[in-house]
Amino acid sequence: MAREKKRWGLTIVGTVVALVFLFPYLIMLVGAFKPRREILQVPPAYLPDNWEPGNFLTMWDTPETPLPFNLLSTVVISLGGTALALLAALPAAYYTARHRFRLRLPFLLLVLVTQMLQPTVLASGLFREFVELGINDTWLAMILVNAAFNLSFAVWIMHSFFASVPNEIEEAAWLDGCSKGQSLRRIMLPLVWPGIVTAVIFTFIACWNEFAASLILLPTDVNQPLTVALTRFIGQYESAWQYVFAVSIIGILPVVALFALIEKHLVSGLTAGGVK
Amino acid sequence: MTAPTTARRSRNQALRRRARRQTTLHALPWLAPALILIGGVVLFPVGYMIYTSFRDLTRFGTDRGWAGWENYERVLDLGHLPRVLVNTGVWVVGVVALSIGFGLVLAQFLNKRFPGRKILRMVVIVPWAASVVMTSTIFVYGLDPFYGIINKFLVDVGILDAPFGFLKSPLPGFLSAMAVAVFVSVPFTTFVLLAGLQTVPHDVLEAAQIDGANRTQTYWRVVFPMLRGALAVATIINVINVFNNLPILKTMTGAIPGYDADTTTSLMFKIIQSDRQIDTASALSVLNFVVVVVVIGIYLRVVRPMRQED
Repeated sequence: MAREKKRWGLTIVGTVVALVFLFPYLIMLVGAFKPRREILQVPPAYLPDNWEPGNFLTMWDTPETPLPFNLLSTVVISLGGTALALLAALPAAYYTARHRFRLRLPFLLLVLVTQMLQPTVLASGLFREFVELGINDTWLAMILVNAAFNLSFAVWIMHSFFASVPNEIEEAAWLDGCSKGQSLRRIMLPLVWPGIVTAVIFTFIACWNEFAASLILLPTDVNQPLTVALTRFIGQYESAWQYVFAVSIIGILPVVALFALIEKHLVSGLTAGGVK
Repeated sequence: MTAPTTARRSRNQALRRRARRQTTLHALPWLAPALILIGGVVLFPVGYMIYTSFRDLTRFGTDRGWAGWENYERVLDLGHLPRVLVNTGVWVVGVVALSIGFGLVLAQFLNKRFPGRKILRMVVIVPWAASVVMTSTIFVYGLDPFYGIINKFLVDVGILDAPFGFLKSPLPGFLSAMAVAVFVSVPFTTFVLLAGLQTVPHDVLEAAQIDGANRTQTYWRVVFPMLRGALAVATIINVINVFNNLPILKTMTGAIPGYDADTTTSLMFKIIQSDRQIDTASALSVLNFVVVVVVIGIYLRVVRPMRQED
């Protein structure tokens, strides 16, 4: 009985903690529904007098930024980056998990090191390279950057799933006459499916939220993703905060939902098995 | 007697070596896409950045030739560099230490059983999943002295007498940015430490209890030492992320004139964006890169990731 009570006491503490983590996002949620006049009102009110859902319609057509293109950029870059990362990571994760060869550990080490490097520190080198290649200010540049810098997580997480499949299962498939490609497709893929889903979702979210490299590599407004475009609503003298928050809701809600799906696999992938 | 054995052994070794070389060749098609991507978009830009740091570029990117150490000298001569270096140290050490501290407490809490724990885990994820730029802009709005909701709240509950311009001058702006950096770093830290806590076996805790250890003793003598691995990982990965963090400073203190609220990372972006000096920015980036490489070295030595691979 006393124990039950104590547990509910923890729930109350937990509610306070939850409010601390949610309060900025509550401000965002409410702000997105404030009319322009009310969001700049001095002193401010916590809740709007008139709720204005129209912000979600009018934000697509503003002088500040071509928002439909920005959403398209985010979607194309995220899908492209995720597809490319998966295409490169899947075979590498499979082979390094199931086969022993001399350069296996050096390769895995190289992958690990790229996880610790971020496009932020290499921005000037990336900028110069893409200018020389003539693909600066294109979606392709950002697809390449996102794929390369998120490759490592994808390799690690899928590697650990491939490595956990017992050898006997694959050998049985070979004995039954499966080729290597067939056994990979028919036997391994269904077993490692959760690892692939985790890799895909994590990479997609990382691409979706990328900011620093896009800021340098995509100077033209129609090419910019939502993260960069968003800051255009914040002016030196006047800011359209209602649009900042409405855009942020589109930018945040879907990825939080996706993130929650893969939460339990994240730590092992991000720490390369350093923490189980 | 020995000669044939030796011969056989060396023949076996040669065969094995050939087999290994063959498997390495077999591995290549599987690894090639990843290698091309890493080589082209990670390693090559490192080299190109180092090369650019020794070139003299115009603002439009035309290469005017060899510059020697000139770009590095220009970086070291920046009047605001000492302040920026101090800021960078305070930023990294302060944000990481506070994140670890809060993370330890929160992980301990999430490791208990209570109704609603699963929901709380999901809530803690939100700042981790959400775009950092978007999270920071909420604070830029909330901390505004005129229409900011957070300012109003602080006045309403009696913490402040009047609204305060948190982001109008360098020091309060920098400290506010640090607070936001802690806010977005705590979730990842918590989840790594929680994973560490879950590896502490239950019977060890029971044994400590039977031996008469109280809760504080059990935590510091038994649980905490077993968290060392998780702490090392959380610290180092946070150091890298916090050191490289641009969005928070860019949105929160970017509008403050001067460089008093800048770290080496945000300074580097100012040199690229406002001054358009890619060569000087590259020299600073190389210095940043050296810091990152040292941290990676520490990571590989201390944490020894991939240990289950050996």
